[in-house]
Amino acid sequence: MYEFEFTRPASVAEAVAALNAEEAQALGGGQTLIPTLKQRLAMPTTLVSLSGVAEMQGIGLQDDGQLVIGGATTHAEVASGAVGTYPALAALAGQIGDPAVRNRGTLGGSLANNDPAACYPAAALGSGATIVTNTREIPADEYFQGMFTTALEEGEIVVSVKFPVPEAANYQKFVQPASRFAMVGVFAARFADGVRVAVTGASEEGVFRWTDAEAALASSFTPDAISALSVDPDGMIGDIHGTKAYRAHLVNVMTRRAVAAAV
Amino acid sequence: MTKVTMTVNGKAASGEVEGRTLLVSFLRETLGMTGTHVGCDTSQCGACVVHVDGKAVKSCAMLALEAEGAEVATIEGQAAADGTLNTIQAAFQEHHGLQCGFCTPGMVMSAAALLKDNPKPSEAEIRHYLEGNLCRCTGYHNIVKAIMAASGQDVSAIAAE
Amino acid sequence: MPKDIDAKESGIGAASKRREDIRFLSGTGNYTDDINLNGQAYVHFLRSDVAHGRITSIETAEAAAMPGVLRIFTGADFEGVGSIPCGWQVTDRFGEVMQEPAHPVLAQGKVRHVGDPIAAVVAETAEAARDAAEAIELDIEELPAVVDMKAALAEGAPKVHDDLTSNLCYDWGFVEDNKAAVNAAFEAAAHVTSLELVNNRLVANPMEPRVAVGDFNRATGDSTLYTTSQNPHVIRLLMGAFVLGIPEHKLRVVAPDVGGGFGSKIFHYAEEAFCTFAAKALNRAVKWTSSRSEAFMSDAHGRDHVTKIELALDADNNFTALRTDTLANMGAYLSTFAPSVPTWLHGTLMAGNYKTPLIYVNVKAVFTNTVPVDAYRGAGRPEATFQLERVIDKAALELGVDPIALRRQNFITEFPYATPVAVEYDTGDYVATMDKLEEIADIAGFAARRAESERAGKLRGLGVNCYIEACGIAPSNLVGQLGARAGLYESATVRVNATGGIVVMTGSHSHGQGHETSFPQVIASMIGIDENMVEIEHGDTNNAPMGMGTYGSRSLAVGGSAMVRATEKIIAKAKKIAAHLMEAADADIELKDGQFSVAGTDKSVAWGDVTLAAYVPHNYPLEEIEPGLEETAFYDPSNFTYPSGAYACEVEVDPETGKVSIARFAAADDFGNIVNPMIVDGQVHGGIGQGIGQALLEGCVYDENGQLLSASFMDYAMPRADDVPFYEVDHSCQTPCTHNPLGVKGCGEAGAIGSPPAVVNAVVNALRSAGKDVTHIDMPLSPARVWAAMQG
Repeated sequence: MYEFEFTRPASVAEAVAALNAEEAQALGGGQTLIPTLKQRLAMPTTLVSLSGVAEMQGIGLQDDGQLVIGGATTHAEVASGAVGTYPALAALAGQIGDPAVRNRGTLGGSLANNDPAACYPAAALGSGATIVTNTREIPADEYFQGMFTTALEEGEIVVSVKFPVPEAANYQKFVQPASRFAMVGVFAARFADGVRVAVTGASEEGVFRWTDAEAALASSFTPDAISALSVDPDGMIGDIHGTKAYRAHLVNVMTRRAVAAAV
Repeated sequence: MTKVTMTVNGKAASGEVEGRTLLVSFLRETLGMTGTHVGCDTSQCGACVVHVDGKAVKSCAMLALEAEGAEVATIEGQAAADGTLNTIQAAFQEHHGLQCGFCTPGMVMSAAALLKDNPKPSEAEIRHYLEGNLCRCTGYHNIVKAIMAASGQDVSAIAAE
Repeated sequence: MPKDIDAKESGIGAASKRREDIRFLSGTGNYTDDINLNGQAYVHFLRSDVAHGRITSIETAEAAAMPGVLRIFTGADFEGVGSIPCGWQVTDRFGEVMQEPAHPVLAQGKVRHVGDPIAAVVAETAEAARDAAEAIELDIEELPAVVDMKAALAEGAPKVHDDLTSNLCYDWGFVEDNKAAVNAAFEAAAHVTSLELVNNRLVANPMEPRVAVGDFNRATGDSTLYTTSQNPHVIRLLMGAFVLGIPEHKLRVVAPDVGGGFGSKIFHYAEEAFCTFAAKALNRAVKWTSSRSEAFMSDAHGRDHVTKIELALDADNNFTALRTDTLANMGAYLSTFAPSVPTWLHGTLMAGNYKTPLIYVNVKAVFTNTVPVDAYRGAGRPEATFQLERVIDKAALELGVDPIALRRQNFITEFPYATPVAVEYDTGDYVATMDKLEEIADIAGFAARRAESERAGKLRGLGVNCYIEACGIAPSNLVGQLGARAGLYESATVRVNATGGIVVMTGSHSHGQGHETSFPQVIASMIGIDENMVEIEHGDTNNAPMGMGTYGSRSLAVGGSAMVRATEKIIAKAKKIAAHLMEAADADIELKDGQFSVAGTDKSVAWGDVTLAAYVPHNYPLEEIEPGLEETAFYDPSNFTYPSGAYACEVEVDPETGKVSIARFAAADDFGNIVNPMIVDGQVHGGIGQGIGQALLEGCVYDENGQLLSASFMDYAMPRADDVPFYEVDHSCQTPCTHNPLGVKGCGEAGAIGSPPAVVNAVVNALRSAGKDVTHIDMPLSPARVWAAMQG
C-alpha cells in the first residue's frame, strides 16, 4: 500500500468535509478497497472511514413501508436484521463473501464500488431502491452506470438505501468457482404494480434489468413464463470461468429459479 | 505515525502505526504475536482471521487504526493460562484437524465464531461457514469433523479418522 | 467399517495424537516469516510484466536515492554468480543430453516469463523497497511470446532461449527398443481406443507463501539462510556449490516450521540465493516474504501435459499394447527436478496395475514463456494414472463392458512383476484393494442412489479407477545413470542421552506430515520405551547429517529406514554394554519392553541403566567399545516402493448449469505397513482434496501473450470445505514392501494421484446416463465446461 492519512469522522458532515481533501477516498468495510490498495491499484492521500458515523448505521422500517438501511451497515447485520422485514434481501446479504467479510463489508461500500459481480447491486436494482446520499436521492435505475461506475459525484457518500419491500422476491446466485462472486446472480421481485428482475455478474455493463423477463413475469409470475426467453450473449462477460453463451444461459436458469423460490 | 490502542486477548496493547498498517501487521510486527498468519492478498484464505469486538474478521483486510479501542482476540489467547487447549483446539488435535498448521489459527478462530452463533452446526453448515478459510493439507475432512466434535456431536459414525 | 484406529495405544500402528499440534494450535509455531533478525532489511523484486522481452535499459539511480533504500541489485551484480542449477539431466531417445539453458538469479538481458525477477531493491522496510522498485526506469523491448507447446515446437517459433537450437528441451522415448514391437501390436489389435487429453497446469499453493531470510556473520564468514523448504540440505548443496560458491561448512540452511509444500518447496529458487548473496553484500540480514500474487508467478507450477494415449486390446479385451505421445511444459527455465517429472516419474508408471506387455512412451519437453513447471504432489504419476485410467474407461465404453471388470481382467496378479517400462513391482494385491473399494464405496447401492438423484432432477455418475505409484525414488546408483545429479538416500543420527531419552536428527523434513509424532513411534517400538522419550529434530543443516529431504512420499520408506538402521546400531551397542553389566555373552542379550535380559535367566538391566553406563562408563568395557551412545546411518533403498489402490467417486451433476458436486468418495489403498493410521488417513484426505481440486476447480491459465489470467485466488479456484464431502478411506489391504525394514510404502501422494480420474470418469458416466454422447472433458470440469459438453 502507498501511505495515506486515516481519519474516522463521527458524522456525515465531518465525513463529507474530510472527503473534500484532494485524493481523499471513503472507506466502508474495506473488503474490496483494502485488497485493492494492497495491490497498489489506488493511491488515496486520505482514507475517510465511515464506520464511526452513527447516522449511517442500522436498519429501520419507514412509515411508507420501505426498509431503510444505513450505508455503513454490514452485510452480517442485514443478513440477521432484515430477516423479518425483507427476507430475500437478508438472504442475499448472507451470501456475500464469507462470514468474516460480511462482518466488515457494508451496503454503502458495495453500492459505491458497483463491482459487476457484486450481489447488492442486484438487490438495489431489483427492488427499485433509492440510494440516499449526503446531497440527494438517486433512484436505482439511474444510479448504476456500468462496471464500477455510479451516479455518485466525487466526495458523495451513500448515507442510506431505501428498499421498497416486494410481495415476493428471491435472489439466486451462481458463483464463480474461485472468487465466489456472482458469475450470474438474479434478483427477482414481484410488486403489486409489476415485476423487477435484476442481473449481476453476467454483463460487461454491470448490473442490468432483464426487461423482457419482467414483462413476461408481470403477466404470469412463474418459471415457465420465461422458459423461451433469452438474453443476448453479446454483451455478456466471457472469461476463463465461462463463455458469453454460458452466462446468457445461466441468466435464464437463475431467473427461473429465483421466480420459483420467491415467496 | 499514529498511536493506536486496543485490547488484545484481554491485555492493553498499543503502538505507533502508519495509516496503511494492517491489523495483522500490527499484531505480527508491532506486538510480535506471530500466531496470526497471512496466506493471501485478496482476503480469501482466512489464515489471518481474528475476532474484533467478538466478530470474526480478516485482519489482513482491516487497518490497525480501524481497531482503535476494540477488543481483539487472537489464537494466542485461546488456550487457558496454563496452556490447556480449549475445546475447539483440543478437538482439532484429537481429530487430526491440522497438518502443516498454517491455516490453523484462522480455522480455530472461525470455528469459535461459528459455534458462538450456532452451537450445534450441521456438517453442511460448517462447510458453508468455512467458505472464507482455505486449507491445502487436510481436504477439510478432519477440520469439519473436529468442529462437529467440539460442538459436542457424536462423530464416531463419520468415515475413518 | 472396521477400524484399526486405537487398536494400539502407542508405538507402531497406534493413532498417536500429534505433539506438534500443540504449538500450531496455540499460535506458537515458528514459520520462516515469524523469524525477524536484528537489523534485518527487506527486499522487493521488480518482476517482468511481459512474458518475453529484451531489457534495453535499467535506470536505478533515482530509485536508489529514495528514503530507506540500501541498494538496488540487477543482473549485472550477478554476472560472476552461478546459474540456478537443474538437478536432473535427461538423455533423449537419440542419446543426446537435454538442452539446458542458464537460469540467472536476476534476469540477464532477457525476461522469459511474467514474474521473471529483473531487479531487487533492498531497503529498511518492505514498503520502502516496493516504493523504490516502482521508481526504477525500465525499458523492455517486448518480443513475441510462446505459450502453447505445439506452437513453441513449430518451425520458426520465437525461441525462449536464443542460445538453444529450439524450444525442445528433449525428445524422450521409453522404452525406445520396444517401439517397433508396440507399433506391431497396434497393427494386430482387435480394438484400439485413443484419447487426447490435457493434464491441467496447477499451482501448488501451500497456504504458507515462500519466505527467505539471508544472514551473514562478517566475523566468521558464515552465511545462514532461513527458508520455506522441504529439503534444506539440498538447498545448501545446490545454492552453495552451484550458485554462490559457498562451501557447506560456511553455509547453514534452516527450514523451520513450513506451512505445506506439495512439491513446490523442494526446488532451489532465485530468491533464496538472492537473500543469501545480498546479506553478505550488505552485511545485514535480508528478508523476502512472497505475497500470494507473487507466488502465482514465481513458485514452480505443476502438471501441464498434453497427451495422446492409445490402448490396444485383443478380441478378449486383454490389453496388448499402450502408446503415448506427450508434450510436457517446462516453462521458461528448468526448475530443480523438472526434467525428471515427465520422464522417469511418468513413463515408468505407464503400466499401472495392468499386465500390458508392450508399452512405448514418447515425451517432448518444451520451453515456453511461462513460469517453470516442476513436481507437484504426485509429480508425473498423476499424469500417468490419469491418462491410463481415462483411456481404460473409454475402452470399456466403446466395448460395452463394465469398466471395473475390464480392469480386473487385466490386473497384474503375480509379484514380483517386471513391467515393460523398466520397473519391478515387489508386492501388491490389486484384486484385494478393488474388492475393498467395492465394499466401502457400496458400488452395489449405486443404482438406487442414481434413481434418487434423478428424482431430484440431478444426474448421478460413478467413476472408478486404480492407481499405482512409485515412492522413495532410488537407488542412487540407478538414478545416477538416469540423470539424477544427486543421491537419493536419507540419513539419521540417533543420539541417546545418559538418562535414556533420545533425539533423532533426520534429513527428512516435516511440513505437515507429522514426523515429530510418527517417527518416535518407530524408535520407541524398537526399544520398547515410551514414545515421549523420543524427540525428532529436523530442518537444520547444522544438526542433521546430509539429508535429501521430503518429497515423493519418501520420508518413512527412506528416512524412516535410515532411522531404523541407526537405531539397530544403537541397540547392538547397548546390548554389548548390557552384556558387560550382567557379565553375560553379547549373543545372549535380549531387548524387550525397554529391559535387557540374559536369555534363559532372570537377570536384567533397564534401558536407562545401559544408557547411563554409556555416558558414566565406570563399569564399562572401554577396551572393546567407545563410551557414548550415538549412531548415524545412511539408507539407500534398493528399489522404489509401489503403493497402489482403487478409488471411487460419485458425482451429482446439475443438468441445467453443469455444476458438479462430489456426492461420495471412497479410497482403498495399500500402503504396506502403517505406523500411524490417523496420519495416514489425513494424508489421503488431503491428497483427495487436491485431486478433486485438479479435477473440478483448479486451472492455471495464460493468455496467448503469456499473461497469467489465473493470477490470484480470485481466478484460481482452490477447493473449499463445501466443495468436498467426507471421504471413506481404508488401508486395511496391506502387502508390506519387501525391501525396506519397516515394510512401508508411502502415502503422501496417493490421494492426489488416484482421485482425478475417478472424478472425470464419474462425470462422463453421469452425462451419458442422460443420453449425452460425451466421452471426455478436460479438467478442470468447471460448470461451464460440463454444460458446454452437454450441448454436444
